[in-house]
Amino acid sequence: MSERIREKLNILADAAKYDVSCSSSGGTRKNDNKGLGNSHASGICHTYTEDGRCVSLLKILLTNHCIFDCAYCVSRKSNDIERAAFTVEEVVSLTMNFYRRNYIEGLFLSSGIFKNADFTMERLVRVVKKLRLEERFNGYIHLKTIPGASDELIREAGMYADRMSINLEMPTEAGLKLLAPEKSHQDVIKPLSFVQNQIIQFKEEKKLIKSVPKFVPAGQSTQMVIGATPETDKDIMQTADAFYRNFSLKRVYYSGYIPISNDNRLPVLGSQPPLIRENRLYQTDWLMRFYGFHVNELLNDANPHLDIDIDPKLSWALRNLHHFPVDINIVSYQMILRIPGIGVGSAKKIVQARKFGKLRIDQLKKIGVAYNRARHFIKCADTPYQLKDYQSTQIKSFILAESQSKYIKNDVNQLILF
Amino acid sequence: MIIYLIDGSLEGLLCAVFEWFERKPGPVILKTVQHYQPDAFIQTFQVDNDLNKADRVWKGLQRKLDKRWIRHFYCTFLSELPEAYSSLFEFACYIFSNPPGAEANYGNAHVLALSQTAHKVEREKHRMEAFIRFEHTADGMFYCGIDPDFNVLPLIMNHFKNRYADQRWIIYDLKRHYGLYYDLHIVEEIQMKNVESPENVENIESAEHKENPQSIQIPGNLEGACSTENETTSKVWSKPAKNIRSDKESLYAMLWKDYFKSTNIVARKNTKLHIQHVPKRYWKYLTEKRQDS
Repeated sequence: MSERIREKLNILADAAKYDVSCSSSGGTRKNDNKGLGNSHASGICHTYTEDGRCVSLLKILLTNHCIFDCAYCVSRKSNDIERAAFTVEEVVSLTMNFYRRNYIEGLFLSSGIFKNADFTMERLVRVVKKLRLEERFNGYIHLKTIPGASDELIREAGMYADRMSINLEMPTEAGLKLLAPEKSHQDVIKPLSFVQNQIIQFKEEKKLIKSVPKFVPAGQSTQMVIGATPETDKDIMQTADAFYRNFSLKRVYYSGYIPISNDNRLPVLGSQPPLIRENRLYQTDWLMRFYGFHVNELLNDANPHLDIDIDPKLSWALRNLHHFPVDINIVSYQMILRIPGIGVGSAKKIVQARKFGKLRIDQLKKIGVAYNRARHFIKCADTPYQLKDYQSTQIKSFILAESQSKYIKNDVNQLILF
Repeated sequence: MIIYLIDGSLEGLLCAVFEWFERKPGPVILKTVQHYQPDAFIQTFQVDNDLNKADRVWKGLQRKLDKRWIRHFYCTFLSELPEAYSSLFEFACYIFSNPPGAEANYGNAHVLALSQTAHKVEREKHRMEAFIRFEHTADGMFYCGIDPDFNVLPLIMNHFKNRYADQRWIIYDLKRHYGLYYDLHIVEEIQMKNVESPENVENIESAEHKENPQSIQIPGNLEGACSTENETTSKVWSKPAKNIRSDKESLYAMLWKDYFKSTNIVARKNTKLHIQHVPKRYWKYLTEKRQDS
């Protein structure tokens, strides 16, 4: 019995690991029924895998049987792998027992499509209903919306789940058609907008009637595979931006493609996953969401790709040197956020601290500014007078010479002659 | 220059602030009894604890600072770092000698020190919320022993109380020799004898009354402000039943280890990042990182 459970867990956790999302934030469920679990507003990462990704939720598939044959997916129909399926009770008891030991924040349940969309969705709903109603579980539940499932089922799922997500898979329609001819972006957009409309509707009703239940309180997210098809960073980020705006998504995840198949439409087995590129895309995503950058400032027709050797914020600053240097003691908060080497935390501290007197270099360093990077772009109370105006290429080489990239193994810096 | 000697309690610290404004002795070096070495050239002043004085200072701080900063203050105190005491002292003096709003001056070394130390303590608190791994014992208790860098038990109490409302649990600080026990109704502070590692729990035969509970003795006041309700009443923990792991415990520990392995993507291996997120000093308490069984 326990051997079979181990086997199933290994197969179905392995199949689910390519879903990147593991966030458990935004849940608002309170433990008011003396049951188990209480959401933590900011989420908790209970451990990290050896590849450095957070483990917050028990991320499993209900089954890896699937009727689709998408080239990028391990669980595709034509792939010769072991198949397994959990029963509803097994998922519930695993979740409860892991949660009781403080291993996890909750459950991330996804599934291959068996028989049809409604049949699969109905099973997922049964799991969450049992957890919420019978086991009085108040932990976090992230549920996959199955494309093509009926509105009633999706609506019912949303009453019990904290977050729902549905994967875009490929950043462009053309890319998706190439690898998964049976799918289209429209399949994703329909349920996304349905859930979003429901969220808005429930919120409106809640304003009038307090007892209206929660509906997907932690919002929706989606995921794109990067590097399987030849899209530019500009295509990817513009798609992401459009989805953030149109469906008020909480997150878009970027998943560097890990070669899993000999299909000649895809990168060959054994090639390195595009980790740096993935990292740069996340940086761009953060700049869009928290630093007030517009996607077109970072990526446009003149610069369709992100720099690999420097981060997108520095790259933007070097392209726009006419904005700099700025005086840290005068300039607006929005502009401080745009200075390379200064993050949200430092920017907020600077804005508060400068009311008490002009800030000096030593204070900036203590506050947490990466001064060696920022010094090319700022002026403060005791900045030494500088006669020479440096070119952006020179500044870039100064910064690269000082910083140690975690990706570049051996130094490739050009000698500086002047 | 004068040395102020305090006993290391929050009460003593607040009294030192009171005494400074009473005497205005100029620059002061604050030392705890623990770290004190007599100095031939500097006069030493022993600060006596006085609940009324401490209470006045505490109320004053609450008038001047918002909840967030009161929490920073409390967290910095819980860090138990030797330099934190003088930061707290200087910070309090700075706040009282300046108009309201002075705590926003991050250019001030003490303000910054407080904000940064509090940040460290909050991080440790968050890590404990993440890294605690309960073991289910045969008598139905969920047990975990920890040795956090800072004294964070008072900060994590409510989190665990709300979350695990339907199970009895103990979180025991092995370094500071006290723990929290939840009996399905309230959380109590307990002390156990001869506990060194979780394995030794089974050897406990008796528990003794904790003479000097860690919770600060300023009644109600502080705990309320820091949203750590003053429910901990230090109490004898009645003799536990024989503590052995329940029969299902090893199965779920094994399943969790399996899951940890299966969810890893080998092609993306990044040991540096892994260790950055899960520092090695915590590994001994993590089921998935332990080598045994």
